[in-house]
Amino acid sequence: MIPLSNFLILGAVLFSISIAGMFLNRKNILILLMCIELMLLAVNINFIAFSHYLNDMAGQVFVFFILTVAAAEAAIGLAILVVLFRNRRTINVQDLDEMRG
Amino acid sequence: MTFEQIIFYFFSTILISGALGVVLVRNPVYAALFLILSFFTSSAIWLMLEAEFLGITLVLVYVGAVMVLFLFVIMMLDINMDPLREGFVKMMPLAALVAIIIAAEIVLVMASPSFNFDQSVVHAADYSNTKAIGNILYTEYVYPFEIAAVILVVAIIAAIALTLRRRKGVKHQNPSKQIRTKRNDRVRLVKMPSSSTQNRAGE
Repeated sequence: MIPLSNFLILGAVLFSISIAGMFLNRKNILILLMCIELMLLAVNINFIAFSHYLNDMAGQVFVFFILTVAAAEAAIGLAILVVLFRNRRTINVQDLDEMRG
Repeated sequence: MTFEQIIFYFFSTILISGALGVVLVRNPVYAALFLILSFFTSSAIWLMLEAEFLGITLVLVYVGAVMVLFLFVIMMLDINMDPLREGFVKMMPLAALVAIIIAAEIVLVMASPSFNFDQSVVHAADYSNTKAIGNILYTEYVYPFEIAAVILVVAIIAAIALTLRRRKGVKHQNPSKQIRTKRNDRVRLVKMPSSSTQNRAGE
């Protein structure tokens, strides 16, 4: 039997890899969106592992809702990306300083 | 090492190398393909945790829809990758340091004895994970379920409204105007003198 901590450590390693990805690809919005998806995957692994070992179905229901929201987020994020590229011809985060934020 | 552990470590290795591929690879198309590999592998890990419904949903929804959307967008955009990659090597030590610190902190917490239980309820062979999720989703969580449906509708409308554009100078039909047209707008009857009278006039 695999202990619970192995699954949690797998999720932690996945999460920190995606944080490193955000540092490395901080100019490319496309890869940043992919890193967000990877982070949500790591969180989902934690939820499902706890749900299995604590025998509580609520964790799996939460993963269901996270999947829904992540799909909506990816659709809207990519739509914004397409509009951005159409207007500015670039997806470099550094060039997106029109609002002087 | 039991068979179950061998499977777990096999899939974990593939999952982590897939994630590293997403982060490190140069071409965004390859990054998307590595992400598909990661989703597929983690779906196998979810199957090991007896979450069959969610494992299959992950493959169908993510690999089937979201990642295809990603690939569409990547191939539609004509991106010059060189300016997007600058600072990649420079940021590498800092990124690795931060990632290792975060991973070490979480691992130190997770490896503590309080998380180290491995007893889980063994279900009978005819236990249905989908049925269990359905039982709880449509009773206790029915309002969040409906809110999730509303969120999806909002996402559809937002994505369409964002990307819709009316181009200037493009000819297109106006169906309502076409339907509302009258006979008099299209047909014009012209009175012409008959040919016999015309010939006589010519003589």
